[in-house]
Amino acid sequence: MKERYSRQILFDGIGEEGQLKLQKKHVLIIGAGALGTGNAEILTRAGVGRITIVDRDYVEVSNLQRQQLYTERDANDRIPKAVAAQKRLREINPDIEVDGKIMDVTVEEIDRLVSNVDLIIDATDNFDIRFLINDVAQKYGVPWIYGGCVSSYGISFTVLPGETPCLNCLLETIPLGGATCDTVGVIAPAVQMVVAYQAAEAIKIFVEDFEAVRRKLVSFDLWKNEQSAIDVSRLKKEDCPSCGESPTYPYLSYENQTKTAVLCGRNTVQIRPPKKVNRDLNALVTQLEKQGGAIEQNPFLVSYHSENRRVVFFKDGRVLIHGMKDIVEAKKIYHQLLG
Amino acid sequence: MVIHVNGEQRELLNDIQTVSDLLNHFELADKKIIVELNANIVDSSQHEEITVQDGDRVELVHFVGGG
Repeated sequence: MKERYSRQILFDGIGEEGQLKLQKKHVLIIGAGALGTGNAEILTRAGVGRITIVDRDYVEVSNLQRQQLYTERDANDRIPKAVAAQKRLREINPDIEVDGKIMDVTVEEIDRLVSNVDLIIDATDNFDIRFLINDVAQKYGVPWIYGGCVSSYGISFTVLPGETPCLNCLLETIPLGGATCDTVGVIAPAVQMVVAYQAAEAIKIFVEDFEAVRRKLVSFDLWKNEQSAIDVSRLKKEDCPSCGESPTYPYLSYENQTKTAVLCGRNTVQIRPPKKVNRDLNALVTQLEKQGGAIEQNPFLVSYHSENRRVVFFKDGRVLIHGMKDIVEAKKIYHQLLG
Repeated sequence: MVIHVNGEQRELLNDIQTVSDLLNHFELADKKIIVELNANIVDSSQHEEITVQDGDRVELVHFVGGG
């Protein structure tokens, strides 16, 4: 046992005491894509006692360039990511407990998932779920680590309830639209850099070295050779509805959820953002043009047709995904196109 | 005008005067972003008023969703 972890036990920041603490900790990793697989592999090898990894998707061949736990066979067999990840992680380290869950995380699931968890790692691909994580983390006092990446750019921030600002303090509203891995791509080194920031913070938190936790919002661009770190402590808001003095945890309430509905008899799923928005259709068209496919636009909506799939975006924010009744699949397409 | 953006020295045209101009120049205007100018965070409501000067140090961090 000691042999396996000897090199990190030799490291001053961890030591034997730190290793014992790691073995008693439980991490919840939400998302088993690029960031999720990277974080999970590091924490599995480091000997974190219990790892729960949750994902709603299955492995596709376009994942293999950066999602490090999966093989071509997983993609050919369309194995759910939670299943393929669990199998590989157990092979890497049979001494720890690994639990892969196939699950679309919404407000109902997240409450159950966070019980007895020491840390949440955000490895998701959209801000709807991040605002949910942010609120549930505040409600139960669980630290969480935001991570995001597209193209050669990445960003991370560690939220410590009661100490740092939260995601709601920094952003105030859920960002709508924006570049995604499916529109502008992503390179694996950018993923790995974010993973390195997240996993290092996770280990500091597990060994309870809170002094060492990075308090700054960090970002980088590996292609433009830029890096940045901003002290955002002044952005913590006393009246923040998520982490302020009288929190209401707005994103745990039904009104603020992204709503989905299968439209009867139309083989279509409607997705509606929590609040009415005024979608910039011209900007959307510019973004969709990068992906090919046929685009039609009128003053009220944009219709996008690609690979036997038609998606209609209304100016008020509603999106119709035609040709399916599967809400999980529809949400996946929605977030792939809009972030 | 020469300013430091995210640690890199950038030569900019003089028609860039405000933080907003700078964000437009780097195509970041439509992003959720935190701007730090000489170690002070600039409120988003002041992006059109606060000006950038030669020698300034600017940090621009925008939020992305992918992962």
